[in-house]
Amino acid sequence: MARRVLALFAIALMAACSGNGGVPQATVTVFAASSLKPAFDKIAVQLLANDNIVAMFAYAGTQTLVSQLTQGAPADVFAPADVAHMTTLQSANLISGQSKIFAHNSLEIAVAKGNPKGIHSLADLARPGLVVVLADPSVPAGKYAAQALKNAGVTVHPASLELQVTGVLSKVSLGEADAGIVYVSDIVTSGAVDGVAIPDAQNVVADYPIAIMSSTQNRGEAETFINLVLSAEGQAILKTAGFEGV
Amino acid sequence: MRRARVPAPIGLLAGLGLLLFLLPLAGLVIKAPWGQALAEFRDPTTLTALGLSMFCSLTATAIALILGIPLAVILARTRGPLRNVLRALTTLPMVLPPVVGGVSLLLAFGRRGLVGSYLYDAFGIQIPFTTAAAVMAETFVAMPFLVIAVEAGIRSLDHRYEEAARSLGAGYWTVFARVTLPLLRPAIFSGAVLCWARALGEFGATITFAGNFPGRTQTVPIAVYIALETQPQAAITLSLILLAISIAILVGMRDRWLGAL
Repeated sequence: MARRVLALFAIALMAACSGNGGVPQATVTVFAASSLKPAFDKIAVQLLANDNIVAMFAYAGTQTLVSQLTQGAPADVFAPADVAHMTTLQSANLISGQSKIFAHNSLEIAVAKGNPKGIHSLADLARPGLVVVLADPSVPAGKYAAQALKNAGVTVHPASLELQVTGVLSKVSLGEADAGIVYVSDIVTSGAVDGVAIPDAQNVVADYPIAIMSSTQNRGEAETFINLVLSAEGQAILKTAGFEGV
Repeated sequence: MRRARVPAPIGLLAGLGLLLFLLPLAGLVIKAPWGQALAEFRDPTTLTALGLSMFCSLTATAIALILGIPLAVILARTRGPLRNVLRALTTLPMVLPPVVGGVSLLLAFGRRGLVGSYLYDAFGIQIPFTTAAAVMAETFVAMPFLVIAVEAGIRSLDHRYEEAARSLGAGYWTVFARVTLPLLRPAIFSGAVLCWARALGEFGATITFAGNFPGRTQTVPIAVYIALETQPQAAITLSLILLAISIAILVGMRDRWLGAL
């Protein structure tokens, strides 16, 4: 899916390039966890303004990205939502050099605007009759949510295990679910749901690593993108999007 | 009369087209972990998904038969612009991306949906995330295949049999049950099988409208998708099962389809 979107993008881009006199445009292809979309889309605007580089994104659940990259999807930069999946690609020799942590994200409970069900803690999610949706444990957000619930000693019976964290968010914002566990950044950028904070003692902090793919044909552009993400400018964008900087 | 030879470029392109179908199948069969396949088959996750898929797809087919045959009758008997509108409505799910189908089902039958909000407020019934939602999603996507097949069957029917029965004093229901339906049996059968196969493979509308939970809404295609990322071997085994079912359908339908030509 992500690859198909990418291909369309590439075709559109080629068409655009041939339109402006055939000057080849520098590009960088980034495979990023879907939770990064709001922040990375803004960083892409900066990248174009500062360095005249066009960033193309494939956003998906981290585990989907990993299976695509393992199957040989062409990418320059990889930014998953956990270190474990970065390690998977590193041990497959698909990553060039070291990865760097560029942001942290913690969890929050997403509820309908105004919190009509009066949910104030993870323990409330175990209330009978409450429709709770989580991400599947194969997705980082689902793995973190399971850890947080374990930390809180709470057992919930989810109505659904969504295939990416955005699925959890949309089920809550459409009103089909009463609550879900998502990233703080999801709630900050969504605007359609309210967030209920999870105390630090129970919360799980997700580390977002970023690295260059060893198969890259655009190493310079990839480095420029990563430097921008780590720069004060990039970190400010990430903070506005609800991430914690490094 | 001697038939004209097919020019080489056509043969070449046809061969390429065939390869596009064949190679993925070959990949699946050759790369499959055959030694492990049986063990995967005994895996409770696999069995649960398979059982649920069977239940949902067969129920969806039954609903499609009950609602789809009357729809086909109406379609075949209607004339003029109304028929075009009805046909477009019926075939829409065939061309609509299934995920869009799932979103529209949510907006209609969800807790805050057009109809769903009344169900929820009056009876406390919530359809999404239930097995019923998976069945609805599959029916939505698969029923058009049945309707189209049965409608074509009605159109090609020799209506003189029905007229003869009526002239002999049989009422509408008697003619329908004793003459029309038996004559339509091949069309209904092939429509139902196509409908069932489509329901069995449904992914997009189901994941959007019904979500994913083992034993409740996690059908085989969804289980394949999840397994592909965590246990690729299990994904390949499940894919093989679906492939075997599809081939069984083709073999079983061979006479019907060839007979229709």
